[in-house]
Amino acid sequence: MLTLTHFLVLAAILFAISVLGIFLNRKNLIVLLMAIELMLLAVNFNFIAFSHYLSDTAGQIFVFFILTVAAAESAIGLAILVVLFRNMRTINVEDLGSLKG
Amino acid sequence: MNWADLNLMPALPELFMSVAILVILMLDAFISDAKRGLHYGLALLTLAGCAVLQVQTYSAVPVHTFSGMFVSDALSSLVKLAMYGSTAMVLVYSRQYIADRGLLRGEFFSLALFALLGMNIMVSASHFLSLYMGLELLSLSLYSLIALQRDEVKATEAAMKYFVLGALASGLLLYGISMIYGATGTLDLALVAKAIKLHTANDMLLVFGLVFIVAGLCFKLGTVPFHMWVPDVYQGSATAVTLMVGAAPKLAAFVFVLRILVQGMEAMVADWQAMLALVAVLSMAIGNITAIAQTNIKRMLAYSTISHMGFLLLGLLAGTPDGYAAALFYSLIYVLMSMVSFGILLGLSRAGFECETLDDLKGLNSRNSWYALLMLLTMFSMAGVPPLAGFYAKFAVIKAIVDIHLYWLAIIAVMMSLIGAFYYLRVVKNIYFDEAQDTSAIVMRADMKLVLSINAVALLVLGMLPERVIELCIQAMKQSLTVI
Amino acid sequence: MDMKSLYLLIALSPLVGSIIAGLFGWAIGRRASHVVTILGVAVSAALSFKVLYAFLSGQAEVFNAPVYTWLTVGGYEFSVGFLVDSLTAMMLVVVTFVSLMVHIYTIGYMQEDPGYQRFFSYISLFTFSMLMLVMSNNFIQLFFGWEAVGLVSYLLIGFWFKRPTAIYANLKAFLVNRVGDFGFLLGIGLVLAYFGGSLNYSDVFAAAPALASKTIQIIPGCDWSLLTVTCILLFIGAMGKSAQFPLHVWLPDSMEGPTPISALIHAATMVTAGIFMVSRMSPLFEMSDTALNVVLVAGSITALFMGFLGIVQNDIKRVVAYSTLSQLGYMTVALGASAYPVAMFHVMTHAFFKALLFLGAGSVIMGMHHDQDMRNMGGLRKYMPITWLTSLLGSLALIGTPFFSGFYSKDSIIEAVQLSHLPAAGFAYFAVIAGVFVTAFYSFRMYFLVFHGKERWMEKKDDHHHGHDDHDHHHGLGPNDKPHESPWVVTLPLVLLAIPSVLVGFFAIEPLVYGSFFKGVIAIHSEAHPALEELAHEFHGASAMGMHAFTSLPFLLALAGVVTAWFFYMKAPQIPAAIKQKFSFINQVLENKYYLDELYYAVFAKGSRALGTFFWKVGDMLLIDGLVVNGAAKLVGTFSKLVRKLQTGFIYSYAMTMIIGVLALMTLWFSQIILR
Repeated sequence: MLTLTHFLVLAAILFAISVLGIFLNRKNLIVLLMAIELMLLAVNFNFIAFSHYLSDTAGQIFVFFILTVAAAESAIGLAILVVLFRNMRTINVEDLGSLKG
Repeated sequence: MNWADLNLMPALPELFMSVAILVILMLDAFISDAKRGLHYGLALLTLAGCAVLQVQTYSAVPVHTFSGMFVSDALSSLVKLAMYGSTAMVLVYSRQYIADRGLLRGEFFSLALFALLGMNIMVSASHFLSLYMGLELLSLSLYSLIALQRDEVKATEAAMKYFVLGALASGLLLYGISMIYGATGTLDLALVAKAIKLHTANDMLLVFGLVFIVAGLCFKLGTVPFHMWVPDVYQGSATAVTLMVGAAPKLAAFVFVLRILVQGMEAMVADWQAMLALVAVLSMAIGNITAIAQTNIKRMLAYSTISHMGFLLLGLLAGTPDGYAAALFYSLIYVLMSMVSFGILLGLSRAGFECETLDDLKGLNSRNSWYALLMLLTMFSMAGVPPLAGFYAKFAVIKAIVDIHLYWLAIIAVMMSLIGAFYYLRVVKNIYFDEAQDTSAIVMRADMKLVLSINAVALLVLGMLPERVIELCIQAMKQSLTVI
Repeated sequence: MDMKSLYLLIALSPLVGSIIAGLFGWAIGRRASHVVTILGVAVSAALSFKVLYAFLSGQAEVFNAPVYTWLTVGGYEFSVGFLVDSLTAMMLVVVTFVSLMVHIYTIGYMQEDPGYQRFFSYISLFTFSMLMLVMSNNFIQLFFGWEAVGLVSYLLIGFWFKRPTAIYANLKAFLVNRVGDFGFLLGIGLVLAYFGGSLNYSDVFAAAPALASKTIQIIPGCDWSLLTVTCILLFIGAMGKSAQFPLHVWLPDSMEGPTPISALIHAATMVTAGIFMVSRMSPLFEMSDTALNVVLVAGSITALFMGFLGIVQNDIKRVVAYSTLSQLGYMTVALGASAYPVAMFHVMTHAFFKALLFLGAGSVIMGMHHDQDMRNMGGLRKYMPITWLTSLLGSLALIGTPFFSGFYSKDSIIEAVQLSHLPAAGFAYFAVIAGVFVTAFYSFRMYFLVFHGKERWMEKKDDHHHGHDDHDHHHGLGPNDKPHESPWVVTLPLVLLAIPSVLVGFFAIEPLVYGSFFKGVIAIHSEAHPALEELAHEFHGASAMGMHAFTSLPFLLALAGVVTAWFFYMKAPQIPAAIKQKFSFINQVLENKYYLDELYYAVFAKGSRALGTFFWKVGDMLLIDGLVVNGAAKLVGTFSKLVRKLQTGFIYSYAMTMIIGVLALMTLWFSQIILR
């Protein structure tokens, strides 16, 4: 029998993976965008699990909105990435460090 | 949901703004480059219209609409008016600057107004969903605004950093919201508050969620340790955009925090008070200390912002109506102060020249003593020198924490504001005592000159007569926070 | 006109002048700038005289009311209020009259300076701040006035900010005054904490008697009387502002500022703020013998030892500066002996004759084309008759020649100390009586060197110029130039100041010191501190006092001082040189000002390095950035740079910081749960 806890733990693991993806990844910016997507999906997992166990649809509706926003977010993220590549000819995370101090 | 019951009146300014933005966006496709000034006029008109509607639709009791997702109350009205004003000022200050840099396009104005619309929604939200939507609308607009200067390496780098970290912060916030949802079974702030008060919620989940929510909120305010984006974004963006990121959004973020922590989770004040105290101390310390070592003035102001946000948290974490009012006052004054400081930088920049290092301000007094005086007023105000408004703002928040007997925190705050005085005075020293390296004439549009002067003098006037405004803040807090 | 608007007019008219000259000086020109500021000060001087007259004739009532409430927070009020009584009325006249004289004088003195309008704006602003200080009816306003006069004083010391010495002096004044202000602020803090939560003078004084035996523990296990601690802390503030030993080091250096400033701020008004404040707080000081002893000791050390330093100075302004220090010591001694009216009396007479001496010195400096070295002067009597005569009158007043104003105030101080019963009074009496000889000696040394003897500017000077005279490319007189008398705008104030320097003592001593002028304003516990009361028994009118003085010890000492000076510098100039050689050690100690600057440097600048790098950094930050001296980011300290390293510029480390933040918040929450 799957309990709420199972879902929460799964979501937490997904969330942790995505966070690790953001700060362990030092190569490709696209991986960062994917990690961000994954993080939002982990949150969605949480919402749906709660929504189901609470028998309340609000959580599921929230998920639709998150998905929509996530799509817009990726669009903008990729657009910035393209501009960045045009300027720097690289999408290496480690090359992105001229502003510091 | 019954459509006949839908009362659109409280959201009238937002609806008007949305239509106006679409008009501006459409118009862009039809007019020639020479007539781009039209957008500027239209944007200002839009803001004026919103302000009029805001005053017209104000009601003495909070009005909810969109099934309780949207609320129009004294707090939101006051803050929205301030945001219209500050956005209008940003546009006035940036007019020449963006024209010189080829940014005077429909996108700039529509993105700025979209950001403002997002802020409006954040400020008026009474439901986690509308809070989130407002937040994202603001954030996405700001990412794009920064990246608008697409041939500038620094700007794109700043945009990318802001984007990734902003998305991470949204993720944290959403994760927190999902926990709160799970614990209380609702997303409506009023119902969340009720559930927490009646202890029907799961405490473990609640506090777990709270940690993530506080992290997400602190990112939006730009407080340590969620502040890393602030200096990079301030420095990397075009100064006009920096001002857009640094001024009104702080107001919106403050109300955003207020809505969630106070309106939604006031019963957990003991929990978030300790967290915010930690964050406030770190912000004041790291902000002020790091600012000393800066040579880029935009970066220095970014660190100064971080410390100001730490001070603002002091009022918030006091957990008393006076404290909230003090924090609101602080945020209003902060916006005024950052407006002048960046306004001067915008005024000193010209085509092909960015005024952004401390050296660029050297000898300003000998070039134009009026602007030098305005900058002096602002720096003194930021440092908290009486009788300028910044002093009273600091005094009010420190008094709020003294009232709840957090003396150690008050002492740290006073010490940090003393440390902060060093780098503000250094700017003054540069302006008054150093030789000018750049002696070209300063050209400013007349409207900008006027608004900038009023803006800076307001700091002095508000410092001498703060009572009307602080009274307004207290009234707004009373009306909006007691009746949920 | 009701009293409130009258007082407001007194305070605000210099401010209006200052604002006009400061903001629009560039537009309205030099002439209009000095007209408008002089007009502002003249209005307030005229009204001040009216107020003083009303108090002297007994028609006026004490005015004590708030005039403007800045803000009220949680039952706590910040307000601007005026307390005008006889004490204030006297200070009003002193401040506005001297300020008016200085304003007029400045027209001549600063004639060639490019910062002409700015200068007028500053001195009017100073006048305003000083008026707010003396008219205050609460501690907060007092403190703001205190800081404001200090601020303007730094601005003016550093007026010629292109000179490094001026910047250094400015910095020193700022730092030393911070020490004083720190004590003052702590004192105000104690007042706020223990005296009923109000900062109004009247409330505090009303609350004081109940606290006479209250003790506080600052170091655990060690009970100190609350009143003593409060009074000493407040007095530390006075020591900073009134340049009492050991916080006196800034005053001689402040002579880097233009001479009118030295006359107005560093002789007549600002430096007496400390004396005024202690007199104002007399109800508190009267309740603590310990504090009075501290006051007495600090005053007597200053009175005597600063006088010695005057003897070895060659810069004309520095001689007058050390004389000011010594005279401030006399006033402080009078405070310690509970003879507050006498102290205030000396404040007044001193303001006139010392302003006169400074302005006279300034006139000499102008005549000598900005050469300040007395060794290059001599015989100026013939060339500058008005300056000569007025300076002579000023010097006679300073050394306490009978019937001159200085005589009445100084002699009263000496007698009051003699009658004081405090343990420190014996030492103080020795100090002030020995000080009489010293004062007479250095005053007339200066007088003879400047106005009599050989005309030394004729002699060829070596190439090495004194460092103070190069700000406007004047290097003193050439061998063929002649000194010249100054224009009337300079000599008129000299004459106008000479009149009260000579006369005011004779006429004012009876009403001011022995009459009922200060009754109800200054509190003296006659049982515990009977000096003034006993003094009153011995007083039989001003002329009797003057006649009697010809046979008294102070007069003989002063005479001896004058004669010695005449003998050394007129008759046998080889003697001082011989003494200098014989006692080179003493001379060296004096020329190095008792090595106090070196000591402070060693203790506070070097010693603290031993205390830890951190404090050193703070000191450096104070020195460099806080002072707007040399804002180089290099010296700001490694700490800031270290923290700066955290901002690596890489997204992953930013993200990591955020996650660490989340973990920290979570740990905080866990630890709270465990602790609950």
